[in-house]
Amino acid sequence: MSRLTDERVKTAHEIIGRFPRKKSALIPLLHLAQEQDGYVAQDAMVHIAELLDLAPAEVYGTASFYEMFKFHPVGKYCINICTNISCQLVGAWNLLHHAEESLGVKPGVVTDDGLFTIEDVECIAACTEAPALQVNYRYRYKVTPESFDALIADLRAGKLAGEVPPHGTLAVVRQETTERWSNRGVEAQAKVDAR
Amino acid sequence: MSVPTGPRIITTRFDVADGHTYAGYVRTGGYGSLRKAVGSMTPQQVIDEVKAAEIQGRGGAGFPAGTKWGFLPADVHPRYLVINGDESEPGTYKDRLLMERDPHQLIEGIVLACYALNAAQAFLYVRGEMALAQERLAAALNDAYANNMVGKNVCGSDFSVDITLTWGAGAYIVGEETALIESLEGERGMPRLKPPFFPAVKGLYMQPTIVNNVETLANVPWIVGKGGSEFKSLGAPTSTGMRMFAVSGHVRKPGVFEVPNGVTTFRMLFEAAEYCGGVRDGRSVKAFIPGGASAMWFFPEHLDMALDKPTVDKAGSMLGSGAIVVMDDTTDIVAACWRIVRFFARESCGKCTPCREGTTWLERVLKRILDGHGRREDIDLLMEVSESISPGIAWPPRQTTICPLGPSAVSPIASAVRRFRHEFEHYIDHGRPIDGVESPFRSHAASHA
Repeated sequence: MSRLTDERVKTAHEIIGRFPRKKSALIPLLHLAQEQDGYVAQDAMVHIAELLDLAPAEVYGTASFYEMFKFHPVGKYCINICTNISCQLVGAWNLLHHAEESLGVKPGVVTDDGLFTIEDVECIAACTEAPALQVNYRYRYKVTPESFDALIADLRAGKLAGEVPPHGTLAVVRQETTERWSNRGVEAQAKVDAR
Repeated sequence: MSVPTGPRIITTRFDVADGHTYAGYVRTGGYGSLRKAVGSMTPQQVIDEVKAAEIQGRGGAGFPAGTKWGFLPADVHPRYLVINGDESEPGTYKDRLLMERDPHQLIEGIVLACYALNAAQAFLYVRGEMALAQERLAAALNDAYANNMVGKNVCGSDFSVDITLTWGAGAYIVGEETALIESLEGERGMPRLKPPFFPAVKGLYMQPTIVNNVETLANVPWIVGKGGSEFKSLGAPTSTGMRMFAVSGHVRKPGVFEVPNGVTTFRMLFEAAEYCGGVRDGRSVKAFIPGGASAMWFFPEHLDMALDKPTVDKAGSMLGSGAIVVMDDTTDIVAACWRIVRFFARESCGKCTPCREGTTWLERVLKRILDGHGRREDIDLLMEVSESISPGIAWPPRQTTICPLGPSAVSPIASAVRRFRHEFEHYIDHGRPIDGVESPFRSHAASHA
């Protein structure tokens, strides 16, 4: 869809300033793009390439390695159901099958109303709370078919708007520091060496 | 059942409602060790305390942290500290808790480590999927900067350091330290060959770099505050301190526990009332994974073994990342094996052929067995492919690959085939699991991948 907005370009420059080398900001900037559009649009990747002095192919080369980046629109709510070993042992496949039936889609497919995508994902580090899922990377623990249906109903009714932002938004608090002590060059480094 | 006890070290604020805030952290004694260190200790004294603690790295390999710190070549700058918060080994659940519930403890550990290592910048790399951890750490860092615990002239001293918070985007392999460095440089997360790319010598931007796990650094404020010898006196001499273990699977009360290291046994964790309270429904243990999906499985005869690194290593497995998964006697072993192998097949980065091709083949062969199309020779085929990834199928594993991901896929296969070969044969002959076990799938022949 779109290039990064001016506001996000400002944020992008702050992020770039925190790294000794520009390309290190690539993954964070891809997250910015996904936050803006819900997925990583081609125009956004071209824009990021300009910001980082890279070829667009280098941007896509890195982006396509990582599972979280989507290159086409996905549901407003991505529901990632863990089926790895700890969850499988306590009913994760039942939960996934239930989700498929109740939403009428297979993993990776967006529902007709554009609201939901379900995924069958790898371990999400909630093993003692199995079966577990994430909706837009917000956790739900010990999920049953009933609590899954309740979650869907709440999302549809907009009841979780504060808790679960649209797909693409991760932390809603950003690191603020813009001035890097360690980037101030030779003088700063000499001080470290002298200690 | 009586169990060894010890003080909680890094989980003390899990019960404190505002333990993740700056105010809550300081009120409960936080940043005291940092003030002490920058005020009255030399960097070498901080290293000496961590060395004296003999703390083994909590990320998986269990390498002594103090020794690792000693690998940095003198007088080469800039040098970096990278914090590995990319917790994704199946069964592992501790670093996320430490980042969400006590972010300042980790930050204090990072600043102490940077002080000890003479590093002016640290990169805190959190797993991409952990939104709350990212948010809590961002807020905590902002407060720590505002209160002069990070940044220029920490606590009024002449020591200055920056922490850059960043996160990944979904790739298990990035938990491997050189792959994490690649990812931090904006690349695909593919491991580097060691040698020559030992991070301490040629790490981030080809500069000396120490990569430490979250739990390891979270212990550092306590170690600096109370002393390394005090830490060492907890637990066993061969596995010092307290350590977090996540116990999941078929137990009554799965949970994350901080226990005396090296002396607590698997049976205590599974059965004691203060821990998991027994196997579910009064059933018995069929097998368990002692240290994450990459580990060889253990069986009932290992229950009374202490969670002690050298003991577990010698028995042919590892404590790894402190991820224990319990499987009771109703477990479909073939399905369990398949699911772990599918993980490694999906997460193989593709750099080394034996892993990229091998893990994929292993997954497909297991899948066809599950689907009722298995052949008798498939069992030997599984072992043959495993052999080509990890010659000898021994422990510690040998590898034909750059990193240990490929050999990790061999662990569940070797464990399951050697111990439960009859379950594979039954699946192949009858297209379903043996009597008395529960398939995790609605229909064992259903499409489930």
